[in-house]
This record gives sequence, C-alpha cells and structure tokens, in this order.
Amino acid sequence: MTELVNAQHLGLAFSNHQVLKDLSFTIERGSMTSLIGPNGVGKTTLVRLLIGNLQPTEGQLVINPDRQHLNIGYVPQFRNLEAEYPLSIRSFVSLNQLDRRLPWKTRKERQALDQILAQTHLTSLQKTTVGNASGGEKQKAYLAQALISKPDLLILDESTASLDIETKEEVMALVAELNREYDLTVIFVTHDLELARKYTDHYLFLKHDQYEAGPMTQLDPNLELD
Amino acid sequence: MLTFDFMRHAFVASTFIAITCGLIGVFVVARNMSFLAHTLSEIGFAGASFGVFMGIAPLNGMLLFTLLSSITIGQMSAKESRREASISAISSLFVGLGILFLSLSNRNASYATNILFGSIIGISLADVYQLIILSGVIMLGLLLFYRYLVFDSYDPIGAQAQGLKTNLLSIYFLILLAVSVSIAAQIVGSLLVFILVTIPAFIAKYFAKSVPGMLVIAVGAALLGVWLGLWFGYLTNWPVTFFIAIIEFGFYFVALVYHRSLSR
Ligand SMILES: Nc1ncnc2c1ncn2[C@@H]1O[C@H](COP(=O)(O)OP(=O)(O)OP(=O)(O)O)[C@@H](O)[C@H]1O
Ligand SMILES: [Mg+2]
Repeated sequence: MTELVNAQHLGLAFSNHQVLKDLSFTIERGSMTSLIGPNGVGKTTLVRLLIGNLQPTEGQLVINPDRQHLNIGYVPQFRNLEAEYPLSIRSFVSLNQLDRRLPWKTRKERQALDQILAQTHLTSLQKTTVGNASGGEKQKAYLAQALISKPDLLILDESTASLDIETKEEVMALVAELNREYDLTVIFVTHDLELARKYTDHYLFLKHDQYEAGPMTQLDPNLELD
Repeated sequence: MLTFDFMRHAFVASTFIAITCGLIGVFVVARNMSFLAHTLSEIGFAGASFGVFMGIAPLNGMLLFTLLSSITIGQMSAKESRREASISAISSLFVGLGILFLSLSNRNASYATNILFGSIIGISLADVYQLIILSGVIMLGLLLFYRYLVFDSYDPIGAQAQGLKTNLLSIYFLILLAVSVSIAAQIVGSLLVFILVTIPAFIAKYFAKSVPGMLVIAVGAALLGVWLGLWFGYLTNWPVTFFIAIIEFGFYFVALVYHRSLSR
C-alpha cells in the first residue's frame, strides 16, 4: 500500500488558541480510517487542513505524495438548507457534476447520476425537494453529491450522527463497498465506536493533549467516548 | 404597434433585458441577494444622476457606479453577517448623493422621474445596441461559469467543501448583477428593479425543482411582463412600468396561491 496522507509534527493554532499540536500520522491509499475524539478536540479542523481549507501553522502535511491528480469528496458536518429549499434531490446531487462547463448534461452524466442515486437508495425520492426530505435522506443526498465527482478520498464528517441504526448501516455498507470496488480511501469522523470498529480498519484518536493512531485492532476495546 | 420605430426599439431592448434579468434573478434569489440587488439599483440611481450632472449618458453613469460598488461590497461583506448592515449604510449614502447630483445639475424633474421609474419608450437605436451588447455580455458570463455559479448559489457549503473558489465566484457574480441592475433600470427604473430581477425568480421557485426549470419560468414571466406592459402602455398611454409591475405582481400572487394550495 502507498501513502496518501503524511503528516509530520502537524500543528494548527487559531489566533487565540492551539487546536492541534505535534501530530504525526499517515493514511494509506485504500484504507478506511476513523477519526475519533471528544467534541471540540479538533477533528473538523484537521479535516479542513486535509482539504486545503486551512494551512498548518506548524509541521507539514503532505497529501498524495506521488502527485497524481487527487479528487477529494468531503461531506461537511453542517449544511444550512432551509425548509423552502427548492431543488429536488436529483438536482442537488448533480450540482457537483463539474467536469464540463455548459449547462446541459450529457447522457453519460445523466447515467452517472442515475447510478449514484440508485447506489444511495434515493431513486424513488429523487423528485422530492431537499427541503422536504428527512434528516437521513438529506445525509444520503449529501453523500451522493460528494460521490458523483468520483473522489479518490472521501471524508465524512459525522455524516451518520443523526441517522437511525438501519440507515447508518446502509450508508456505511455503501461506503465500504466503494472502498472495496474502487479502492476509495475513506476518513470517517465519528463518535460512534461501534460503527467505527465494524467498518473501518484504522483509527486516529485525538485527545486534548495527545493522540493515538494505528490499526483498529489496537484500539482499546473498553474505550468509551464522551 | 411595431410599425413605430420607438415601439420597435423599446420592444427589442425590453426583450433582451427581460431575458437577462430573468436569468440573473434566479441566482439572486438563490443567493439571498434581493436586498443587495435593490441597493445596487439605488447606487445606480446615484450613478445616473452623476451622469446627468457630468453630461454623460445616465446608463454609463449607472454602470460606472454599480460596477465600482459591487466590487467594494464584495470585499466589505464577504461575511454574510455584516452584509445587511453595510448594505443599508451604503445605500443611504448613495441615494443622498443621487439627490445631490440631480439638484446640482439643474435639470427638470422629469429627468429624475425617468431614472427612478424607467423610460424605455423613445430610446434611440444606439441605446438599443448598447443594451443588447450588455445583455449578451451577462448571458455569456453566466454561461461560461454556469455550473460553478449554480453550485455556489444553491449549496455554498458544499461548493466550498469541493474546493470551489467561492469568494471569487461571489465577486464575479456581483459584477454580472451590477450590469443587470443597470440595464433593468432602463425599463422599470432604479426604484423598481425588483420587478424584473427578483419577482420572476420568486415565481419560478414556486413551480420548478431544477435550475434549468427555474430559469425557463423566470425568463418566461419576465418576458410576458414586459411584452404585455409595452402593449398596454401603447394602448392606454399609461406608464409601462405600472403595467409591468401589476402583471408581475399578478403572476406572483397566482404562484403563491397555487403553492399554498399544494402544500395544504
Ligand atoms: N475558525 C475558528 N476560529 C477560532 N477557533 C476555532 C475555529 N474553528 C474551530 N475553532 C476551535 O477549534 C476547536 C476545535 O474545533 P473542531 O470544530 O475542529 O472540533 P471537533 O473535534 O470537530 O468537534 P465536534 O465533535 O463538536 O464536531 C474548538 O475549540 C473550536 O472552538
Ligand atoms: Mg466537528
């Protein structure tokens, strides 16, 4: 396996306080890593570093060392779509089809859209507006939108947090399947240790002054968060 | 009615302007910028008065002011929370300036009326060409970055998550909006650009669930409004702006009732 992410002594401070400090870890291509830790420890901040939305204040973060084109799909923790939000789930998912410039979609693009909607079990809901969709349906639409650009690295920031057990499993099973079939690398930010243990093979556990990283089998089996 | 030159000019110019405003309006509404569009047109009023004062065409004065201020606003209020406050402050300043320029220029009150309430009837062929070119620039501008603008307008958080340059897109859009508002004001006046820029888009939001669908409906509503408005204006000699306003209001009212009846 080759490295996709390599962090050396990574640190990040906002103007008034240090959030991440002396963090070194690697993430391998094709792996599934859970990013766990208490609220406010810096998980979302680390994700923003990974997608290039923030720059490290110390150390270095190398993404994709062999420098091929890397496409990151990121499902953020929060979205603020109002109840009156007009777009259908189908239109919403297609927002991220950016390979071409012109407004009209090609047949290939429409097929890709059909396929992703089927994979995320949204086909029968595709005409529902996102505003009217349930919380779980919204999460699946966010996931589908990130997946439509065929990412090499998928980052889910607590995407399963508000889902019922059945939908959680459905989403994770899909992600795991994409991981197997397309070698999709996955970073899964979560507080759900059961799900993390079941579906991911590595973990990065942030604590307030330290951290742990390693294969899932090394995570303390008695650990409980919060 | 199209046998008269002045009506033909008005008809052609209005058609292009309505299409442009219908298109841009869909993005304005998606980005929650209708208040900002209104402010830009007040700034346009100041620009037009400045033009009158300096002896240049009001439309050019308008373009000058709205373009400069759209860039300033884009930088002042990248943060949404600050937007409303800075917009109201800027708008008061510019309306004040507009009044000053008009009074300094010693023109009669009909100039102010034209700028504020529109005066499409009687524009020259050269003006028609200028309006067509400006419309073309806006449409091309929308076309070139269509997918990026749609993503950023309908899901800014998602667009940012996928690494789109959302700040640049905002400024780009504000520039297109500045030009649109200036040309819309040529028909309905700077006091009423809402009629062409935002109302058709609000109507479209009630009927369509896709962006192309909304674009078609918004353009249709804007076009019907200006065409019927010109026709009624021609028949009655009442102000065209008045007819466009009540027609758009009527469409909006019907759309609202329809929407209410669906969601009940
Ligand atoms: N832009 C910012 N400016 C200043 N401080 C920030 C900023 N963004 C985040 N922080 C702070 O950094 C810390 C880490 O925040 P972060 O959102 O990364 O936590 P998290 O681990 O994702 O928490 P949660 O589990 O609640 O999502 C918090 O104390 C937060 O207040
Ligand atoms: Mg977080």
